Amino acid sequence: MFGRKRNLDDFTSEIEAHIQLEIERLRKQGMSEDEARSAARCSFGNLLQAEERFYESSRWLAWDQSWQDVRHGLRMLRKSPGFTAIAVLTIALGIGATTAIFSVVDATLLRPLPYPEPEQLVSIEDNLPGVGTRDVGMSQPEWQDLQRSGIFDYVSPAWYDDNNQTGSSEPARVSLLIVAPDYFAVLGVKPQLGRTFDPDNYTPGFTLEVVISDGMWKRAFAGDPHVLGKGVRLDTDLYHVVGVMPPGFQAPGRTTRNRNIEVWAATSFFGPPLLDHPPRNRRNLPTAIARLKPRLTISDAQSRMDALVASLQKQFPSDYPIQSGWNVRIVPLKEIVVGNVHQSLILLLAAVGLLLLIGCVNVANLLLARGSARRREVAVRQALGASRTRLVRQLLTESLLLSVLGGIAGLAILFCTKGLLLRILPESLPRLNAVSINWVVLLFALGASLAAGAIFGLAPALHAGRFDLTPALKEAARGSTGSGEQARMRRVLVVTEFALSLVLMIASGLLLRSFWDLLNARMGFNPQSVMTVRTRLPYPNDLKADAYASVSQKASFFREILRRSQILPGVEEAAVGDFGSVPLGHDRDNQTPPDPLILEGHEAGSDRFPLVDASFVTPEYFHLMGMTLLRGRFFNDFDNEESPGVVVINEAAAQTYWPNDDPLGKHLKLSPAATSWATVVGIVADARAESLENARVPEVYISMYQQIARNHPHHLAIFLRGNLDAAAIPNEVLEQVQAVDPTLPVFGAQQLNETISASLAERRFSMEIIALFALTALLLAGLGIYGVISYIVSERTHEIGIRIALGAGSRNILRMILREGMGLAIAGAAVGVVGAAIVSHLMTGLLYGVSPADPLTFVAVTMLLIAVAVLACYLPARRAIRVDPLVALRHE
Amino acid sequence: MSTQDARERLELLQGTLDLLILRTLIFGSQHGQGIARAIQETSEKELLVEHGALYPALQRLEERGWISAKWGVSSNNRKARFYSLTAAGRKQLVKETNKWKRLSGAIARILGSEPAES
Repeated sequence: MFGRKRNLDDFTSEIEAHIQLEIERLRKQGMSEDEARSAARCSFGNLLQAEERFYESSRWLAWDQSWQDVRHGLRMLRKSPGFTAIAVLTIALGIGATTAIFSVVDATLLRPLPYPEPEQLVSIEDNLPGVGTRDVGMSQPEWQDLQRSGIFDYVSPAWYDDNNQTGSSEPARVSLLIVAPDYFAVLGVKPQLGRTFDPDNYTPGFTLEVVISDGMWKRAFAGDPHVLGKGVRLDTDLYHVVGVMPPGFQAPGRTTRNRNIEVWAATSFFGPPLLDHPPRNRRNLPTAIARLKPRLTISDAQSRMDALVASLQKQFPSDYPIQSGWNVRIVPLKEIVVGNVHQSLILLLAAVGLLLLIGCVNVANLLLARGSARRREVAVRQALGASRTRLVRQLLTESLLLSVLGGIAGLAILFCTKGLLLRILPESLPRLNAVSINWVVLLFALGASLAAGAIFGLAPALHAGRFDLTPALKEAARGSTGSGEQARMRRVLVVTEFALSLVLMIASGLLLRSFWDLLNARMGFNPQSVMTVRTRLPYPNDLKADAYASVSQKASFFREILRRSQILPGVEEAAVGDFGSVPLGHDRDNQTPPDPLILEGHEAGSDRFPLVDASFVTPEYFHLMGMTLLRGRFFNDFDNEESPGVVVINEAAAQTYWPNDDPLGKHLKLSPAATSWATVVGIVADARAESLENARVPEVYISMYQQIARNHPHHLAIFLRGNLDAAAIPNEVLEQVQAVDPTLPVFGAQQLNETISASLAERRFSMEIIALFALTALLLAGLGIYGVISYIVSERTHEIGIRIALGAGSRNILRMILREGMGLAIAGAAVGVVGAAIVSHLMTGLLYGVSPADPLTFVAVTMLLIAVAVLACYLPARRAIRVDPLVALRHE
Repeated sequence: MSTQDARERLELLQGTLDLLILRTLIFGSQHGQGIARAIQETSEKELLVEHGALYPALQRLEERGWISAKWGVSSNNRKARFYSLTAAGRKQLVKETNKWKRLSGAIARILGSEPAES
C-alpha cells in the first residue's frame, strides 16, 4: 500500500511540467513569455490548494497528524506537571493493581496445569448422595474396574500420608504420597535423575522403591548425584531411591500439603500389609487422578462412566445398595487444584477492575476540568480551521498518552514491588510459583491501559469537540462559562464514581463483617495459652517391626509422654490427641478420614452408614480445651483397653443421630468389622473444630486408650496449656519425646491461636485486599465530588456574590452548596445500592453469618460514603460563604 | 481566480470530471495538460476546467486503479506524467457513460416538458 504512494515531490514536478507545457502552448499562440506564464498559472488555479488536496488525499496525513498529536500532547502534559502527575499516578496505581491481580489469575486460573496434555487429566470422585457424603474414595476392585474400563490410559489413587524418616542424624517427618505404579504415567512427567515406577508392576504390597522430590534430594542427600539406589528408612522400612523429580515439580492437590510431596511410594493396593483380597465395599483408596484416553472428552468419559457404574450396580447389588445412590464423577484435575480459590480470585479481579474504573472516572473528571481551562486554546485552534474530528483526535491522543504513561508507570511499580507482593499472597494459593509477569500479563496491562485511556478520554474529548466557539473566545477573560453541558457531564461522572465506590465498599463491608463474625464466633473451646506439638508413631509395612502395634503398647507411650509433658516449665495441663482433635488444624481428607457410624438397631446395608468425624483424645483433653459438658461424663482413667468401649459425642451428633431419643447409654460402632459396641457416656457442647464457618458438625470423641474405630491413630498432637514459652516448648517437647523413643520426629509446634488464624489466611487475604481497594475507592470518590463542588462554586462565585450582596446569610449559601453535593452523593448511592445488591448476591458463597442483603452493612456503608461526601463538599462550600461580594462582582 | 470570459463558461457538475477524464483517455495515453486541453477543446470551450482541480481527480482515479500513470516525454520533448486507461477504467467508463446518459436524458425530458417561460 505505502509502496505505491507518490511523494509530494513527484506531484510537484508533474504540476511544474503541466505549467511548462501550457506556457509553451500559449507562446505558440503568440503570447510573450511573461504573459504566457501568468495565463498558465491563472488557468491552473490555486497551486497551493492542489498540493494540499493531494497531501490530504494521501495516507501520510494520518500518520503525520498522529505524530503531531503525540508531540503536541506530550508538550501539553509537560506544561501542566501537576495535573499530569496526578492523572498518571491514578492510572499507574489502577493498572498496577489490576495487572498484579491478573498475573495471579493468569497463573492459577488461565494457564493449564504444568503437565503434558493437561486437558486429559481428571480427578475421580466417588459420591454417595443417598447417605449425603461426597468423595468417599474407592475400593481396590473398583480401581481395577476403572483401569480396565477403556476410558482411561492410566488411573492412580493417591494416598497422602506423613512418614517418619529415620537413619539420618535427626528423625524427620516427610510428606509421603502412596500411589499406584502408574501415577507418574498419569501425569506424564519425567524425573531429573533416574526413573519413576514401572506402570505395569502389580506385585502385591509396596514396591520398595521411592521417587523423591528435588527438595528432599537436596535436604536429605545434599544433592548427591549418586543418590540412585541409596536407602531411605521410612517408618523403619527400607526403601531405595530410584528417581529424583525436577525442581518445581508439584503434585496436583487441593491443599499446600497435598502439593508439596517429598516422597512417592508405589503399591498395587493389595497384599501385605494390606489385605490379599480387598473387598469391593471397602473404600479405602482415596481420590484418584487419571489420564483420559486421547481425544476423549470429559462428557464422553462421564457417560461411559455412568454406564460402567450402572453395570457394576447390576452385577454386585449387595455392594451397591440403591439407596446409597453411588455415582462416580469425572472432574477436570485443574478444578481440584484451583477450585478452592476460583471464586475469591474472580472477586478480587472484579474488585480491582472496579477500582480501575473509578480511577478512570476520576481522571475523566480532571480532564473535563482541564478542558474548561483549555477552552480558549481549543477555540483558537478551531477558529484557525481545525476540524472537530481533528480536535477530538487530538484530545483522545492526549488521553491515550496519559493512559500509556500510566500503564508504564504501573508496570514499573509492579516490577519494583514484585517481591513484596508475592510475599503477601497466602501460601496456600495453588501454583504460587507460577505467578510471573509474562507476555500475557504485559499484553493485558497494555490492553487495560488503552481501554482505560479510551474510557476516561472519550467523554471529555467529545465534549470539547462540541462546544460553541464564539462565547469561548469572548469570555476568555472570565475563565469560566457556566457551560451547562460540561457541569452536567461532570455530575454524571461523580454519580458514577459514587455508585461504583459504594459497590466496592459494600462488598468489602460484607466480607469484613463475615471475617469479624468468624473471629468472634463462639468457638466452643478456649484457644488461649494452648500450644500443640506434633509427633508421629511409625506404621511399618513389616508388622513384626511395629513397636506400637497394640493399643496397650501405645497407651504406655501416651502415659509416659503425658507424665513428662506435665513437668515442663509453665505447663499446667497436658493432653494427647490425634491430628483430628486439633481444632482447625487438620485436613480431614488426609490423615483422618471419617468413619462409618453404625447405630445399634440400624446395622443393615453396608453403604447406608453416615460418615462421621472421630477424634481420639485422652481424658485431660476436654478440660484443657475448656469444653462444656452438657450431660453425662467425660472420659476417666477407668476407660482403658480392658474396659468396655465408651464415646463422647457433641450436641450436633446427638441431634443428628438421635433426634427423638436420649443418646446417653445408646450403643454404636465406628467400623462394620468391630466386634463390640461402644456406649455413649457424655454429650459436649459443639466446638468449631472442623471449620470456623460451620458450628454444627457431628463429632464423636474416642478415648486414646481404647480400640474402637477401624484405625488407631499414629498422628499425635500433644496439647499443652499454661504460661508457655512458645520459643522454648518445641525443643523441650522434642527432648522429652525422644527420651522415650529417639526415632520419633517432633514437628508442627504452634499456638492454637495461630492455628486458628492460619485457617483464615485466604479469607483474610481477600478481605484485606478488597478493603484496601474500597478505601482507595472512597478516597477517589471523595476527591471526585470535592473537585466538582469546587468547580461549581468557582463557576457561581458571581452569583454567590450577588446573593450575599442581596443579604443571603452564610447558612443559606452553605445549604445551597451542600444540597448540590448531597444530590449527587444520594443519586450515586441509590445507583450503587442496586449494584451492590446484585454483586453481593453473586458473592454469597464467600460470606459467613451475614446475609448478602445485610441491612446494617448497606446502611452503615452508605452513611459512611455520604459522610465523606458531606466533608468533601463542606470544604468548597466554606470557600463559598467567604466570598466577598465586592470581589465577586468585580470578577466580571 | 478566473478570467472574465471564464465566468461565462459552465462549471462542472460534481463527479463529471472523472467521467470526462476517462473519456478523454480512451484515445490513448495523455498527460495532465493534454487532458485539460482536450476537455476544453472538445467541449468547444463551453466547459471550465480548472487545471488545478484536475490533478487531485487524476490522483483519485489512479488510486482506484482506473487509470495508470508513468513518466514519459511529450511531443515537444518535455518530461510529463502520462496517464492511460486500465481495463477496470474502461469498464467504469462504460458504466458511468450509461449512467450519465440516463441522468441527462431524464433531466432533459423534465426540462423539455416544462412550459417555456416567455
